[in-house]
Amino acid sequence: MKVFGSIRRRLFFQLAGVAAILTLVFILVVRGVAERAAEGTQDDILTASATAIADSLHSEGGAITLDLPYSALSMLGTLNQDRVFYRVSVAGETLTGYGDLPLPDLVPNLGARVVATLDYRGEPVRLVSVSRRIGPAANATTAVITVAQTRQGLAAISQQITWTATGVGIVFLLLATALSLWAANSALAPISRLTGAVTRRGPSDMRPVRAETPEELVPLVEALNNLMARLRASLSRTEDFITEAAHRVRTPLATVRSQAEITHRKLNKPHHKQAIREMIRAIDQSSRSAGQMLDHAMVTFRSDALARDTLDLRALLAETCDRLEPTAELKDIKVLRDLPDDPVTLLGDGILLQAAMMNILDNAIKYSPDESDITITLQQGDQIRLSISDQGRGFGNADLGEITKRYQRGDNVGHVVGSGLGLTIAEEVARVHGGRLDITHNQEGGACVSLLF
Amino acid sequence: MRFLLIEDNMQLAANIVERLQLDGHAVDHADTLEAAEDLMAVASFDLILLDIMLPDGDGRSFLERHRQAQERVPVIVVTARSAVSDRVGLLDLGADDYITKPFDFSELEARCRAVLRRQGGAADNQKSFADTVLDSASAELRFAGQVISLRNRELRLLEVFFNAPGQVFAKSHLMDRLFSLSDEASENAIEVYVGRLRKRLEGSGARIETVRGLGYRLVTA
Repeated sequence: MKVFGSIRRRLFFQLAGVAAILTLVFILVVRGVAERAAEGTQDDILTASATAIADSLHSEGGAITLDLPYSALSMLGTLNQDRVFYRVSVAGETLTGYGDLPLPDLVPNLGARVVATLDYRGEPVRLVSVSRRIGPAANATTAVITVAQTRQGLAAISQQITWTATGVGIVFLLLATALSLWAANSALAPISRLTGAVTRRGPSDMRPVRAETPEELVPLVEALNNLMARLRASLSRTEDFITEAAHRVRTPLATVRSQAEITHRKLNKPHHKQAIREMIRAIDQSSRSAGQMLDHAMVTFRSDALARDTLDLRALLAETCDRLEPTAELKDIKVLRDLPDDPVTLLGDGILLQAAMMNILDNAIKYSPDESDITITLQQGDQIRLSISDQGRGFGNADLGEITKRYQRGDNVGHVVGSGLGLTIAEEVARVHGGRLDITHNQEGGACVSLLF
Repeated sequence: MRFLLIEDNMQLAANIVERLQLDGHAVDHADTLEAAEDLMAVASFDLILLDIMLPDGDGRSFLERHRQAQERVPVIVVTARSAVSDRVGLLDLGADDYITKPFDFSELEARCRAVLRRQGGAADNQKSFADTVLDSASAELRFAGQVISLRNRELRLLEVFFNAPGQVFAKSHLMDRLFSLSDEASENAIEVYVGRLRKRLEGSGARIETVRGLGYRLVTA
């Protein structure tokens, strides 16, 4: 599986990104609107001031006089520490004020105004000009009144509004980010629920997923359920096959073997008897090989979806011993049990564990001489140690590390029927239970095979 | 002992019946569950040998019914499946033991013996000859106030003699009873076991006599 990105992260970043853009737009719009409003206010005051100056222009006998009203300029003084400039010019001549204050390119129409922003004496100024006709109607002259003001106050207001807008914007952004996180999580909650429902199930739980599924995920869950149904069918076919194969192989062999044994009894000539014995050995060999191969397949199969039942290893071991006792008795072998007083609990698959013990104990019985002892020890310390020790022939010169490999047998097995899979099965069972198989030779001869968990 | 064998494979069934009769047991054979239930209605058995796959049903359901009916007759299941592939353990279903096909007759006999012994033993577990009593259930030989415990092979060998006192048994016949056919054993082994039994029987009213060239028989001392 290739992990590519995260829906949650993408959703979060997209939502937060949109919020950030909206915040920026908000700040810019608020600032623009505020600046324009402030500028409009300044323009209005400048116009009022210019109009007041214009209103106080008098024409007295051809001469134009100005009685500059105090209020005309004081109304501008309310704005910060801004400086105010004015110029009254009549027919191009400066009547009063700052002579270098630029005049507008066009003489404004009566009742209208001309506004401009320009640099004056090293500072940006806002400039409003109005015009007025002065004098008798016949030879009236046009007076242009220009009032200008620096823009510090405007800048201050604009800055203040910008700060406020930015503050509001940041709070909004933080809220939006938190909401994005919540929204991303809540949008993905059904997926988390579904994931939980699927991962909580046991390894062999192949039932279809029934958890509440959002519409968008229905196809995915349906595909998953179909896959599981196919897997279920395939697994049960595998299991049926293994069981059926064992049955089909063993049933006819059982008939042949019993027939051979009956025949053996009725024959008198030693070489006839010997021939039948060879036959029986061959039957045992093939039934054992087939059986062990199928058992091995079943162990592998069951390991894939290992059951995790709480088991009492002591009881399981005692049952295994009971089960093999009659076989041991046939050879007058004593199975000595050294079991602890308390149960030994282990999580796992009881059938597999019993198969492992059965294989080891069966080996011990097979390779032990008549009238010998097999000692079974179960200890629980830091780890659980289950040892089966015999007084048999051991493994000869075989490599003890190799002996658990498939179809590997010791070099001293002689005529004992075997498949070379018994210890392989035992080792595999130990491995899937997080343990291992330990094989040693006893000092006084014989082998000791231990399962360690 | 009276055995009930429930097995649909006629050839195998015939062989098992023949072998068990040789051991001195009476065996009734049923090839279906229905026939088995008919037999059980009219006769009582000491042990049931049950095949799992039968034409008219699963042996397990028979086992379950049998256990629900509080029947104490022990059941040994004869199965072609391996223990690993059985999801539900046969022992959990109420079987006393099971044996996997194909099996050695001596193993079947050993399992029957073990199950019967666990069951507490039946009346005809004791056989006597002269002043000597052989108790199969406790594996003991009793005579003149002495109690001698026997090993498994010693017991099985003595049983052969006690079943037919005076009859001569060839070494090869005794071999077959004592060793599995896949075991490698020589006829000398029989001499060893007969030697031991003679020691065990010392002081009793019975002894094992060598019949030159033929074998051994049980006679009064």
